[in-house]
Amino acid sequence: MLVVIDYNVGNVKSVCNAFDHLGCPVELSCDRRKIEAASALVLPGVAAFGFAVNALGSLGSVIKDLALAGKPLLGICVGFQMLFDKSSEFGTHNGLGLVSGDVVAIPPGRVIPHMGWNKVMLPNDMALFDGLGSEKHFYFAHSFCANVTDKTAKVAYTDYGFKLPASIQKGNVYGTQFHPEKSSRQGLQVLRNFARIANGSNA
Amino acid sequence: MLTRRIIPCLDVKDGRVVKGVHFVNLRDAGDPVELGARYSDDGADELVFLDITATIRSRKTIVDLVRKVAENVFIPFTVGGGINSVEQMDELLRSGAEKCSVNTAAVKKPDILTQAAQRFGNQCVVLAIDARRSKTKAGHWQVTVKAGTEATDIDAVEWAVEGAKRGAGEILLTSMDADGTQKGYDIELTRAVADAVGIPVIASGGAGTLEHLYDAIVEGHAEAVLMASITHFESYTITQMKEYLRDRGIAVNL
Repeated sequence: MLVVIDYNVGNVKSVCNAFDHLGCPVELSCDRRKIEAASALVLPGVAAFGFAVNALGSLGSVIKDLALAGKPLLGICVGFQMLFDKSSEFGTHNGLGLVSGDVVAIPPGRVIPHMGWNKVMLPNDMALFDGLGSEKHFYFAHSFCANVTDKTAKVAYTDYGFKLPASIQKGNVYGTQFHPEKSSRQGLQVLRNFARIANGSNA
Repeated sequence: MLTRRIIPCLDVKDGRVVKGVHFVNLRDAGDPVELGARYSDDGADELVFLDITATIRSRKTIVDLVRKVAENVFIPFTVGGGINSVEQMDELLRSGAEKCSVNTAAVKKPDILTQAAQRFGNQCVVLAIDARRSKTKAGHWQVTVKAGTEATDIDAVEWAVEGAKRGAGEILLTSMDADGTQKGYDIELTRAVADAVGIPVIASGGAGTLEHLYDAIVEGHAEAVLMASITHFESYTITQMKEYLRDRGIAVNL
């Protein structure tokens, strides 16, 4: 069973709705045993970084240990940002540190938040994008972005006047800055791909 | 490149989508869940649901509506109308909305913008401004509240700037003068606000032709265009709007 981490922030229901729509069994839970027993984990997030990290509390280290042990993990939006070392949104906050890099304000000189549908160039070796071709539009809504320094992570970018990391893959750790659950058909395909990854794992 | 957004707006009263002129003379336009799903299938970039009943009794109705929409619609949607606390926003976001818009509450207690931004991130916080052209000061617009029924002496452009500083991540800017007329957006208003703030501005009120959409983006500097009458009564499909904009050189998600 795929478990979506419920940590009392923002719009976590939409992620479950999307998996339900795909016919993929999913459970919304903050129960440690269920999280440990899950085939894969989704860390959603519509919140400010600091609020999300505090709300996650001790579950953070549980998730980190499971990911390090090989359980597939998909972070979405702030859940994606939390995969990195730290963020400077409303003060400095530590993330899970699964991927090297930090989360910084989108550089000024453009409309911020980066809000709406932007074209992501899709590397053909990133499993989340199987079946989606070389580029697709996805829905973004954020004011901070990842500065990826991890040389072992695959990164997909979008153009917002600079190369903005839209998605990463590092081993069994996946993340999207955009919202696949709100990105229409192509977004649902990303979630379908992750569900397939989850089914393929015995973690 | 970030694309410009086409956003159908669904004004909901007693569980039905309605559309009026200058906020009155409402016509029935269908079931919100059905319409929302149809727009999503047709390629809308986003949806806005405004609860124009906005009474305490309607609160539960709108939460139920958000839940149903979220089960069927896989594009972002904003909910607004009568929201006056961060707790209400939390409930709506948890029910499946992507963003919440506040109007009257933000004018009465602007702290709500800051509190919401610190909790949900500013991308969840939409400041809705209903603006009416000032009769006494040329080139100025007054903020009105309570669904256009109560005028204030607040300048719309100044309020947009302050709202953005306080934590709003987006401005939903409706011209009361243009609303429902289908005679075009108030370009002057849209541009004045869009040029004054660094956050996205959604132009609203007055869309009647495809050229109006183009003008709001190119002349008005809007990041997104919102419309109701011209989509609900099927003058144009979302695809027709996007193809028109694309053919005139505007990046759209098509």
